[in-house]
Amino acid sequence: MATPAPAQTIDLSARFPGILQPDTRPGYTGWIVDKSNLLEFASALKTELGYDYLSSLTGVDYLPEGKMEVVYQVYKTTGGPGVLFKVQVPRAEVVEVPSLMPVYPGVELQEREAWDMYGIKFTGHPDLRRILMWEGFAGYPLRKDWHEPYFEEEVKPFKSRWPEGKIVQAEGKNRFADNVTYPAGFDPENQTFKPEEALYDSLEKYQKAEIGLDTDHIIVNMGPQHPSTHGVFRVAVMLDGETVVNLKPVMGYLHRNHEKIGERNTYIMNMPYTDRLDYLASMSNNFGYALAVEKLMNVQPTERADYIRVMMAEMTRISNHLFLIGTLLNDLGAYFTPMLYALEERELILDIFEAVTGSRMMCNYFRFGGVARDLPEGTLQKVREIFFERLPRKIDELDRFLSENEIIRSRTVGQGVLTAEDAIKYSAAGPLARASGIPYDVRRAEPYSVYDRLEFDVCTRTHGDIYDRLMIRFDEIRQSIRIVQQVTKQIPEGPIVSMKPVYQVRVPAGEAYGRVEGPKGELGFYLISNGKPTPWRYHVRAPSFINLTAFGPMCVGQKLADAVAILGSIDIVLGEVDR
Amino acid sequence: MEPNDLNAPGFEIPPELKGQLAITSLDRIYNWGRSASVWPLMFGLACCAIEMICTAASRYDLARFGMEIMRPSPRQSDLMIVSGTVTKKMVPNIVRLYNQMPEPKYVLAMGACASGGGPFKEGYNVVSGVDKYVPVDVYVPGCPPTPQALLNGLMKVQEKIKGETLKTSRWYRKGPDQAEIPIPLLGPDLIDPRKIALIKNGEKA
Repeated sequence: MATPAPAQTIDLSARFPGILQPDTRPGYTGWIVDKSNLLEFASALKTELGYDYLSSLTGVDYLPEGKMEVVYQVYKTTGGPGVLFKVQVPRAEVVEVPSLMPVYPGVELQEREAWDMYGIKFTGHPDLRRILMWEGFAGYPLRKDWHEPYFEEEVKPFKSRWPEGKIVQAEGKNRFADNVTYPAGFDPENQTFKPEEALYDSLEKYQKAEIGLDTDHIIVNMGPQHPSTHGVFRVAVMLDGETVVNLKPVMGYLHRNHEKIGERNTYIMNMPYTDRLDYLASMSNNFGYALAVEKLMNVQPTERADYIRVMMAEMTRISNHLFLIGTLLNDLGAYFTPMLYALEERELILDIFEAVTGSRMMCNYFRFGGVARDLPEGTLQKVREIFFERLPRKIDELDRFLSENEIIRSRTVGQGVLTAEDAIKYSAAGPLARASGIPYDVRRAEPYSVYDRLEFDVCTRTHGDIYDRLMIRFDEIRQSIRIVQQVTKQIPEGPIVSMKPVYQVRVPAGEAYGRVEGPKGELGFYLISNGKPTPWRYHVRAPSFINLTAFGPMCVGQKLADAVAILGSIDIVLGEVDR
Repeated sequence: MEPNDLNAPGFEIPPELKGQLAITSLDRIYNWGRSASVWPLMFGLACCAIEMICTAASRYDLARFGMEIMRPSPRQSDLMIVSGTVTKKMVPNIVRLYNQMPEPKYVLAMGACASGGGPFKEGYNVVSGVDKYVPVDVYVPGCPPTPQALLNGLMKVQEKIKGETLKTSRWYRKGPDQAEIPIPLLGPDLIDPRKIALIKNGEKA
C-alpha cells in the first residue's frame, strides 16, 4: 500500500495527457478515458497513485445519445476521496471494452454482471458468462430498449392505475396471462444451448495447478436448495477427494430485477425496494440510498434526523451481526442453539424498529432530508435500558460461550485465510477486509452523517481466518453499542425533516454515488438523473455480491466442509447478492 | 389439546373412565397425529425466510405446534413453506422439490411475492406467484408476514388436515397417483412444459 499525496493535489489530466479528459456534462464529475488506454491508465492509477481498491463497476446505457458507458469507482484503502472514471463506447448489439481483470481482479463478478445486463463484452476476461440470468436468456435486460413481459410504460405511476381509477393489468391483455413471448419458430424441445455445460467447462478450464497424484476430479453441486447456503445460492465445486480444487459461485436464483424496476420507479418509490436488498439490514440500505439522492438534490438532513439515522443504522448492524453469529455456528454444526440466544437479543432491537417505523424488518423509514416520523415517546428510554444494561452483558456472555470453545477453535482457526493483499485485490469490503487487517471503514475513510462527531474504533484482526471473521463481529457489535450509547446522550430536539415532504421530489440532472458502511461492507448507490421524476440509472454496489469474488480463491485447497464455514463467515444475503 | 378434538361426539364415556378412555374414529385420531407433527421443508427463498426462522426461534416457538423439525430434504418433509420471491431461474428447482416430497404434502405461500409476485411482479425474472406451477393450500399475506401471521397460516394448514378423511384421500386410492408436475424449462425465457404444443404451433409467439 503506497501512500502518495492526497488526490486533490494531483492533476490527473496533466499526468495522463491525451488519454483522459474531464467529464464536463452538467452535474457529472470524474474523467472519461479512451478505451484503448484503459488498461494503461488503470495500472498507473493503481501502482503509481495508490488507488488500490476498485469499489464499483457498472454499465450505463445512454440510449438517446447512442452510446454506452462503463463507470469505475476506485479508492485508496488508506482513505480519502476516490477517482471516478468512465469509458464510452458507441451503442451496438455487442460492445467491447477491455477487461480490468489484470489490474483489479475484484472486477470479476462485476464485469460478468455488466455483460449479463448490458451485453458489454470485456475482452480479456477469462470467464465471461452470464451471472444473474441463465445462459441462453434472450436479450440484455438493463438496456433501455429491452422490455420485459409485464412492460406497461417507461415510467411510473402507470396511467392504467391512476388517475382514472380503473386498474388494467398487463397480463389481462394476454390470454395466457404469463406475458412471455418467444422468438418466431422457436422449438422448446430442441434447444441448442446447454446452460450447465458452460459452468462445468469453466471449472475445468480455470482450475489452479494440479496437485500431486493424477486422480479423477468430481464436480459436486451444492444448492440452490441447501441449508448452509443461507438462501438460494449455489456453488459448483470440483473436488479431489474431499479437497476443493476449484469452486464457482452460481447466483441469480433470487434476481428480483431491482435495478430495472428502480429505473422505472420515482425516487421516493425506491425507498421500500432498498429495504428488500439486504433484508437483514434494511435501515443501512435506506441510508445509502437517501445519501445518494440527497447528494444529487443538495439537501442536508436535520441534525436530529442525522442522529436518529446513525442510531438506527448501528442497531441494524448489531442485529445483522447477531444473525450472522447464529447462522455461522449453525453451519459449523452447533445446530440451532447459538441462534436461539442470538435471535433473542435481535428481537429486542426489532421491537424498537417496530415501535419507531411500524415494521419489524422492512422499515422504509428514511426520507430525503430526514426520516419518516419522529421517535415515539419512551423509545430513547427503552434504547438506554437495552444498550446500557442488557446488551453489553449478553454480548459478553455469548462471546464467553463461543470464543474459547474448543470445537469452534479447531474448526475455524487458520482455515479459509484471506491475506490482506488478496482482500484488496478482490475488492473485499467491510468485516471481511477488516478481519484481514485492512482498517478500511467508510465511516472513517469518508465520513458521512454525524460519524465524525462520534467516538468509535475501526476494529481489525490480523489473521484473516474464519475465527477472526467471527470475532470481528463481536468487536463491531461492541463498537456499535458504544455509538448508540453516545447518540442517546447527544441527540438534540428539533425537526426531523429539513424539506417539505412531497410525493414527487425534484432531482436535478447529474450523477451521484452515495456510500455507507453497511453491516456487510461498503454499500453504494450509483444514481444518474436526467431531471425527470425517475432515475435514469440506479445501480447498487452490493457488498455481499462483491465479497463473493474472494470466495473461490479462499476455498481452494480447503476441505468441502470448510467451504461451508467460509461461506458462512463472508456473511452473504441473497437478496443483495442477486438483487 | 382439547378432549373434543379427539373424542367423537355422541358416545357417552362412563364418569369413572373419563380422562383414561377416548372413543374416536380412525379419521380423527389419524388427522390429529398428522396435524400435530407437520414437518416443514427447510427452504428459504428470500426475506420471508428470515421471519420463518424467527418463528422457529425462541420467542414464537414453532415447536408448540409440533413443527420445529425443519427438514432440509424434501423426502422427509410434508409442508413446503414458499417463503419469498419465486424467480424464473429458481422455479424449476421448486417444482422438482415439490415432486420429491412424499404425499400427503401441503404448500403454504408465505408473503406477497409467493402469493402473486408482490412488489417485484413486473420484473423480468419473477414468476407471479408460485401457484402458477404448484398447487397452494394456504396463502399468508404480508411483506413479510409477521411470525404471528405465519403461525395463523400454519394453523389453517392444520385445520385443513383435520378436515380430510382417509376414504377420499387421493394418495390412498388404488392405481397410480396423479402424475408429477412437469418441470419448467429455461430457454429464451421460462417455458411452461404444459404449453409446449402452443409454443410450437406458434400460437403463443
